[in-house]
This record gives sequence, structure tokens and C-alpha cells, in this order.
Amino acid sequence: MNRILTVIVNNHAGVLNRITGLFLRRGFNIQSITVGTTEVEDQSRMTIVIDADDPAVVEQVIKQLYKQIDVLKVTDITDMPMVARELALIRVNSPLSTRSEVTTLIEPFRASIIDVGRESVTIQATGHPDKIEALIALLRPYGIKELARTGVTAFTRDTEKVAEISRFNKVRAL
Amino acid sequence: MGLGLQKPEEVSAPQPQPQKISGSQMLIEALRQERVEVIFGYPGGAVLPEYDALYGAGIPHILTRHEQGAIHAAEGYARVTGKPGVVIATSGPGATNLVTGLADAMMDSLPLVVFTGQVGSNVIGSDAFQEAPVLGITMPITKHNYQVRDVDSLPRIIKEAFHIAATGRPGPVLIDIPKDIATTLGVFDYSEPVHLPGYQPTVVPNRLQIRKVAAAIAQAKKPVVLAGAGVVFAGAAKELLEFVERVQIPVVNTLLGLGGFPASHPLFLGMGGMHGSYAANMAMYECDLLINIGARFDDRLTGNLKHFARFAKVVHIDIDPAEIGKNVPTDIPVVGDAREALRALLEEPLERGDTAEWLAHVKRMKQEYPFWYQADGQGLKPQRLVELIYQFTGGDAIITTDVGQHQMWAAQYYRFDKPNRWVTSGGLGTMGFGLPAAIGAQIGARDKTVVAIVGDGGFQMTLQELAVLTDYKLPVKVVIVNNSALGMVRQWQQLFYEERYSESLLPGQPDFVKLAEAYHMKGYRVHTEAEAQAVLREALALPEPVLIDCRVPAEENVYPMVAPGKGIHEMVGIRP
Repeated sequence: MNRILTVIVNNHAGVLNRITGLFLRRGFNIQSITVGTTEVEDQSRMTIVIDADDPAVVEQVIKQLYKQIDVLKVTDITDMPMVARELALIRVNSPLSTRSEVTTLIEPFRASIIDVGRESVTIQATGHPDKIEALIALLRPYGIKELARTGVTAFTRDTEKVAEISRFNKVRAL
Repeated sequence: MGLGLQKPEEVSAPQPQPQKISGSQMLIEALRQERVEVIFGYPGGAVLPEYDALYGAGIPHILTRHEQGAIHAAEGYARVTGKPGVVIATSGPGATNLVTGLADAMMDSLPLVVFTGQVGSNVIGSDAFQEAPVLGITMPITKHNYQVRDVDSLPRIIKEAFHIAATGRPGPVLIDIPKDIATTLGVFDYSEPVHLPGYQPTVVPNRLQIRKVAAAIAQAKKPVVLAGAGVVFAGAAKELLEFVERVQIPVVNTLLGLGGFPASHPLFLGMGGMHGSYAANMAMYECDLLINIGARFDDRLTGNLKHFARFAKVVHIDIDPAEIGKNVPTDIPVVGDAREALRALLEEPLERGDTAEWLAHVKRMKQEYPFWYQADGQGLKPQRLVELIYQFTGGDAIITTDVGQHQMWAAQYYRFDKPNRWVTSGGLGTMGFGLPAAIGAQIGARDKTVVAIVGDGGFQMTLQELAVLTDYKLPVKVVIVNNSALGMVRQWQQLFYEERYSESLLPGQPDFVKLAEAYHMKGYRVHTEAEAQAVLREALALPEPVLIDCRVPAEENVYPMVAPGKGIHEMVGIRP
């Protein structure tokens, strides 16, 4: 099963290398890893997806990450209320004969066509990895010529805020 | 100079700016602030500025004959003194020669602060002369490492390095200094406190966990304490003794934990593990409560994990939370320093369970199954050799070793009663460790007898360091347990590879006595027990370095033994 870890690290040179090197050395498998800046200067957020069924392995991963001097916080957010998003660019075979079909197909995914050629279109999709998977599966019969996925980046939900927003929506609905 | 030719305004000018010094001078100044007593190193192109700053700076420097010698010496120093060992080496090959020592120190949690030179910042990455990507190479084998990019950050980095190396679970920290940084001027400010939000080791254990341990002790009928190197690092030998005597729980030591509990104590069961004592291993197998204090459940200790402590509730006290639950599922984890944890335990109203039968049982095992070897009245048995060294040094020498058979015999027969006297390469199992480690140990403890018990194979990996013994008049006694073989490899080939001695025999040995003489040292050769007695008595009394080539039979094996893949209760060779 995939676990999603968010790791806050010092934004120093070589930190990504420390983290990936650690996974390599300890024999942990990375499914995806994303890195980017955060609201705090000098800190980066990594979102690491690992494939681990054994809770002891996940625990060991977290402890080993914590041993890194440049790691400030590690959270396994898999079982927390969270938002997880991924971006995919998909170049799909689409001669003019199937183009409107493809356009209709991607519409419920709120994906958009960002580049158009004679024989293909490039689709941009964002969303939960499951949604991306579903879209890719639907597009596969047309022939996927190129695919790029960013990997997951994720956040825990601010549950108080979530409650507030739903209350607000409820009030509005009334 | 001194002719009064300065312009008056220059003399009277105020000095608002703090004086700037070069990176290499900062390094020396920082080492002074850290009260570094000695540096182990080897110069080269990229550290010429550092060595220039060192010239006449008053900090003693030990020039080894190879960078590996320098770092093992620093490890020996750290093991004996508990203080960080300091190493300087040049870029490229100088730095890569440190790799074995860094990995060794990382495995055995030894505090080191290692400085490597690097090519100039402007040519890093261009495959410049003597360039090696030291940061990347050493990242997985250091506790932390740095490459200095700005001279003003150097004091902060050095301060952090000493802090990281010596606190929490100790380990090696490396600082890579590009040559231009060493010559650039900057402001030296060492007053800022260390600020590392990502590094906050838990020293004081959780009181609730400590109470759970106390409750488990009260219920246990078959408790055993496993004491590792964490006890020695924490300086907790006294507390451990007090705790053990209070609760009357028998004690097993790991290889690196030897000396953390007195070997002569009636509750001591010996070393556990592959070549540990039968009583120690059976106690860990049969116990219903295993209290691990500062050991990391290494595979050489546990044997097949399926059988290890299978009936026991497991308590694991460790300063490194990542060690808890890594190899052995733990019932009561306690994160903290060994001494703090033992002190906290001693503050509890400790009650003992009904352990009388268990104590009688383990003592019986200890009596019935001691370490054994067959004395044949001729020649010199390696086990007897270690017994003689023990006897003639009053059991209070510092012993360093390489890895292999002689190491196991030293661990079995030199019965350490005090900590910080046992200097061996445990986790990494580094051949060639013993001689350079003895150099560092002797420098760390000038008034102590230091005996390097080394194998003929391992000795030949770092024997060039003999020169250091004469250079610095270090009265180390080098005892070569010479069986003209890579003994442990030979033993495994005998036992598990149908006596096919593939490349494990060393018939073409040099004349070690002449070698000693070539290094201006006294050399002896002994073949029999009687000769060994006479020579050891004489050599140990000499205030100078000595080499003794001890010829022992090649067919001698280390017993008892847990064969690979077996449980610790399945020892072979437990009796003659």
C-alpha cells in the first residue's frame, strides 16, 4: 500500500541527495517524490510516496528521515484528512476524426487541452492520483504517445477551516 | 619594524571592525576553542593553507603514514577519551582514503570531526587535479557533512560539527573546505550558540516508560540485561553496576559493550553473540524479560532473529530512536541517554520478581560452560596468549584489535573490568584497525599500557604506521597473533566450504622481527608459552614500542560458535 509522507527540510544544497541516498541505502522504495519551496524561507517541502505494507518499515523510514540533521518534520498523512494532487501531461493520438470525442471524454475530469497538433493533442490534468489514473486508462485506447506525471504533492486539511467552510456553504444553501 | 615610522593617524585610528582572519586560521582558532588536544592528519595540496596555519600554532599534530591510519588513530583516541577525534586530510585521494574510517566510526558511533581539503570553488565539478566528490561519497557514512561555501559560515559549521559529533548518538562529521575558502579573509565569531532545529536528541527518558520498565522487572522471573556500547559512551558504568546489584539481574555484554560492566562480577555472563559465551546466549534465549541498554541488536549478536529472545518482553533503551524496533520488536521503548535512564530507574522503588531459580540456573550455565581451549603443553595457543597478556597487564591495559579470530579471543579472554579500555572495530569489522587505533589510544591515555593485539593479515594492511610509534615515542606493544592465515576466513572455509582454503593462507610472511628493527623498534619472536611469558614480562616493562611476533597454530578455531543462520541457542563447540 502506498503511504504519503510530507517532509519539511532545510533548503540547503544537497538535501534532496541526502534523502534519496537514505532511501537507496536502507532499501526503501520511492514511488514518487516532489520537492518545492514553502511559505517559510529556507525550508522546502517534500512529498514522498512509498510502497510499504509493513507498518514497521514505515516507522523505520520516518525514524531514519528524522535522523537527518536537515529534516525538520516528517508526517505520515496517509490516514489524515488531506488533499493530494498531481499534475499530468498526456500527449494522446487524436486525428481530427476522434478529437471531439477526446474533448468530451476529458471534460468531466476538468482536464484541458493545452497544445494541439494535426495528429495529437496534449492534455493537462490535475487532481488526486486516482483520478489521473482513471483518465489515463480512458485515454489509453486512443494511443498515448507521451506521458509525464509530477508525482503527488499533498497537504493535510485544516479541519477547523473545513468545518467552517462547510458551515458557510450550508448557510448559503439555506 | 618598530622604528616609529607609522603615520600617527594610523596608530591612533579607532578599530571599529573586528579583525579579519583567513579560513585556515579560523579552523585553528575554532580547534583551540573546542580545546582540541591533538590532530591526526596528512598534508597535501588542497590543505596547504590549513597546514600553514597549523605551523607553530601549538596544537600537536600526529603525522601518520596513510590517511586511513590517521582516522583509525582518531577513532582509538575517541574510544578511549570519549572526546571527538580530529582528522585533517587533503582533497581527492586524501579524502577517499578516509572512507573506511568514516564508515567504521559511523557503524560504531565514534565522535570524529574530519576536515578535508577540496579544490578551489571555481573548479569544483570540473574534474580538477585531486578532485573527488567528497560530500556525496561520505554522505551515507557520516552523521552529517558540510561543504563550506562562504568563509563567514566556517566558525558556525565547525561549532555545529563538534556539537553533532559528540552529542546524541555520537558519530563522524566531515567538513569539506575548498582551497580558496581557506585563504579568504572573514570575521571569526565563535560566540553564537548552536542552533539546529532539526537536531534535538532526547537525552532524558520519559518517566512513564521508566515506570513500565520497573513494573516489568517486578514481574519478571527470568530477566537479563544486555549492555551495549551506549553504556560506555554515556559514562554509565557506575549506574549500571548499581542498578544491576539492586535488582540482581544477570548481565550480557555486546562485543563493543565490554568493560561497561565488570567481567569479574558474579552477575556477569560474558559476551553474547556468534562467539559469545553459552551462558550469555542461553540467557538471552530463555529469558522472559530482556533489558537492552545501549545496544543495537546487531546480527552478530542476535543470530537468527526468529529465535532471539522469543519468550521475552523486550525493553530497549537507546538514545537513537531509529534503533528501537529496527531489528527486534520492542515492548517497552525508552528513548534516552543510558546514564539518564539508569538514574531514572534507580529513583524508582525497584522491586525484584521471584528470580532465585533463574539466577541459580544462569550461574550454573556460566560455571559449566566457560570458554575453553585444549592446551597441548607445546607451542603457544592464541587463547593462552591473551590470558598471559591479561595476567601481565593486571587486566587494566587498553587493548586494540583488528577483526577476526584474534579479536574474538581477545574479547573472550581479556576480562575487562573497566570501560574505555577496549578498542575494536565492531560493526564494520575493519582489518588493519588495531595498530593505528593503538596510536590514538596511547595518545589519549599516555600513562596506560596499550597493547595492539593484531592478526598477521590485518597488521599487514596498515603496518606502515609503525613509523608513528618511533616518531612520537609511543610505547605501544604490538602483539601479532600470527597463524600465517586469514584465520576467520580459514575457519569458515573449514567449517562451511569443505576445507577448500581458497586464498586464505599466507605462507609468504615477511620477517616481522626484522621489520620492527627496520622501524627502530625492538622485535621478538615467540613460539611457545614459556617464551611468550618471558618476552611479555620483559616487553611490557619497556618504556618503548615493541613488536612481538607470536607464532600460533593455524588450525585453532574460535569456539563456541553460532553458525550463520542459526539461533543463539544452537551453539556448537560449547565443550571440549
